[in-house]
Amino acid sequence: MKRIALLGMPNTGKSTLFNRMTGGAARVGNWPGITVELLSGKILLGEDMVEIIDLPGIYDLHGFSDDEQVVRHFLHDNVPDLALVIVNTTQIERQMSLLLQLKQLDMNIVVALNMSDEAKKFGITVDVQKMSELLELPIFLVSAKYGNGYQEVQQAITKALRYPTPGMAEQLRSQLEQDEHIESEMQRVLKHTVQVPAQLSDNLTEKLDSVMLHPVLGLPIFFGVMYLLFQGVFLFGQPFQELIATALDWVRGAALEPIMVIFPQSVQGLLLDGVYNGVTTVAAFVPIIVLFFLFMAIVEDSGYLSRAAFLMDALMSRLGLDGRGFVMLLMGFGCNVPALMGTRVMRSRAMRLLTMMVIPLSLCSARLQVFIFFTAALFSPQAAPLVLFSLYLFSFATAIITALIFKNQFRNSEPFVLELPPYRFPTARQMMLRGWLEVRHFLRRATKFIVAGVVMVWLLTNLPQSAVPASADTFAGMIGSALHPFFAPLGINEQLTIALIFGFIAKEIVIGALAVIYSLSGDALSGAIGMQLDWVQAYSFMLFTLLYTPCLATIATLQSESKQTSFTVLSLAWSLGLAWLVSFAFYQGARALGY
Amino acid sequence: MSAHTLVSLHPGDTATIVSIHAEEALHLRLLALGFRSGKQVELIRKASFSGPLQVRVGTTDIMLRRTEAAKIEVCRV
Repeated sequence: MKRIALLGMPNTGKSTLFNRMTGGAARVGNWPGITVELLSGKILLGEDMVEIIDLPGIYDLHGFSDDEQVVRHFLHDNVPDLALVIVNTTQIERQMSLLLQLKQLDMNIVVALNMSDEAKKFGITVDVQKMSELLELPIFLVSAKYGNGYQEVQQAITKALRYPTPGMAEQLRSQLEQDEHIESEMQRVLKHTVQVPAQLSDNLTEKLDSVMLHPVLGLPIFFGVMYLLFQGVFLFGQPFQELIATALDWVRGAALEPIMVIFPQSVQGLLLDGVYNGVTTVAAFVPIIVLFFLFMAIVEDSGYLSRAAFLMDALMSRLGLDGRGFVMLLMGFGCNVPALMGTRVMRSRAMRLLTMMVIPLSLCSARLQVFIFFTAALFSPQAAPLVLFSLYLFSFATAIITALIFKNQFRNSEPFVLELPPYRFPTARQMMLRGWLEVRHFLRRATKFIVAGVVMVWLLTNLPQSAVPASADTFAGMIGSALHPFFAPLGINEQLTIALIFGFIAKEIVIGALAVIYSLSGDALSGAIGMQLDWVQAYSFMLFTLLYTPCLATIATLQSESKQTSFTVLSLAWSLGLAWLVSFAFYQGARALGY
Repeated sequence: MSAHTLVSLHPGDTATIVSIHAEEALHLRLLALGFRSGKQVELIRKASFSGPLQVRVGTTDIMLRRTEAAKIEVCRV
C-alpha cells in the first residue's frame, strides 16, 4: 500500500486536513525507528487504498525537539511515496523554509496552502501558478476547515502517486549546509508570488488580546473562563453520567441477573460485580471525556490556550511547567483522566511528564464525595467547609512541591517559544470529531486495564469463598492486617484499609465499600464511623485518600499516555509515599500536640 | 541608534533585529518563526510579574520568555 505523509509546521491546520481526508477513521500505530505512536488512516484514492500518516508538526527538519527527531527518524526508516506538505498561507513568508528543506530530500511532494480563507481575510495574495512554476511543485490553495480546494488536492495526490517514489537523500544531516541556498531561494520565490499587506487587518484579534491579555484584567478573565469551562464540563457531565449509570443498572437488573441465575453464586458475583462493574466504571468516564474535549477543542483551537500560557507563565516557569499545564491541573480538579490526556498539547516530553506527575494530586470530584461524607460524619457544620478547603490547599501545596522536586528530573530542554495564533472558532464538526476521537482512544487503551483491575479487587474482597465479602477473612482483609503496621501509625484501622483497597479502583466506591464492610448504610454508617473514629484519624484518612493513587482509570491513562511503565510506577510510588508521609506527619503531629 | 536587546523595548516599540545570540536549538526555532537579522520586530506587550513578552514578526505573534528575548539584539527604529 502506498503511503502519504502529512508534513508541516505547528498551527497549520494539519490535523484538520488529516481528519478531513480520513473522515475521523484514524487509528494510532507504531512505526519502525520511532517510539511515539502516530495517527494514520486508510482511504481510497482513485482505485487504490493508500495510507495517510499524520506526522507531528515541526519547525525545522534539522531541529532538536522531540517532534523534529521523530519526523526525521520516520522519514529515514519509512520513506513515504508522497509528502503532502501543509503550509499556513498567512505565514507563508516564514513557513516556506520548511517546504524548501523538504524539497531538497527529493521526495514526491504536493503542497497545500492551507487557511486560504484567513489569508484572504488578511489581504494576503499568493500567485499559486507562478509559485508552482518556480518551485516545480503542484501547489493548491485550500481551507481544511471549510473544505475549499480539497478536491483539487486529492486529484493531484492521486496523480502524483502514479509516479515512482524517488530515492531519498541518504544523509539528512548532510543537507544542513545547503540551508544557505534556502534563504535566497525563499526570498526569490516569495518576492515573485506573495503579497502581504504592510498592516495586517486582524483587528478582532488585537482588540480581543487587549482585553484577554490585559495586565490587570487578564488573570481574572482567565480564572473566569476556567470556572465556566469547569462548570460546563462537570455540571453538564453529571446528568449524563447518572443516565448511563441508571441505564447500565437497568440492564443488569432486567437482563443480566435473570440470565445469570443458572450460574453458581460465586460465578454470578465475578461476572456481575467484577466484570460488569468494570464496564460500568469505564462507561462513567465517557461523558466527561467527550465533554472535556468538546470544550477543550474550543479553548485550544480558538487560540486561548496559548494566551493562558502567556498569562500564567510568570508563575509556572518557576515550577518548570507552562501555563497550559496549569489549565490541565485545574481541569484535574474535575477529573484527572481527561486532564492527563489533555497534556498531549505540550510537545516537549519532559514538560509533559512533569505535568502528568502533578495532575494526579488534584482533588477530583470523586475524592470530594469521600471527603464530604467524612466531614459530615465527624465535623460540625461550621467546621466542615474549612476542613474541605484545607484539603484543597493540601492538594495545591503537594502539587507545587511535586513540581519543584521533579523539575530537574524532567527538565525541559526545548526552547519555550510559542505562537499566539489569531482567534478562531472551531466548527461543530471539529469539536465533535475531537470528542469522539479522544473517547475512542480512552476506551481502546483503558478498558481492559480497568476491567482487569476491578475483577482483581473483587477477587481479593470475595475470596476465599468461605469468607464474608469484604470481611477480615478475605484476602483483602488479610492484606489489610498485613499492612496494619504501616497504617497504624497513620491512625487508619483495618476496616478503612480495606476501603482504601477498594478506593484503588475508584474513589466513588469507597463509601459503598464501607457500607459493605460495616454492613451499614446511610446515616447509620456515618454514625458508626463517627463513633469509631476521632477527627484526627478521619482527617489522616482523608489526607491519605487525597494523595494516594487516584484511581485505576488514572493509572491506565498515565500508562497509555506516557507509554513508559517506569514512569507510571514512579508516579504511583511517589503518590503512595507522599500520602503516607503526609498522613504520618499529620497524625503523629496532632497526637503529639495532645489532640 | 543604539543597540539593545528585545527585553529593553517598550510595548508599541518597533525595532530591527541586529543579531541573535542563542544556542543552536533556540536559534533554529527562532529562525523558523521568522526571526532573522534585518527583520522588523514589534513588541506588543509584556506580561505582569516579569512574565513573557508578546512580539510580532511578520504576520506571526509569538510569546517568548525574557531570558530568551535577552538573546536577541535589536536596534530601535
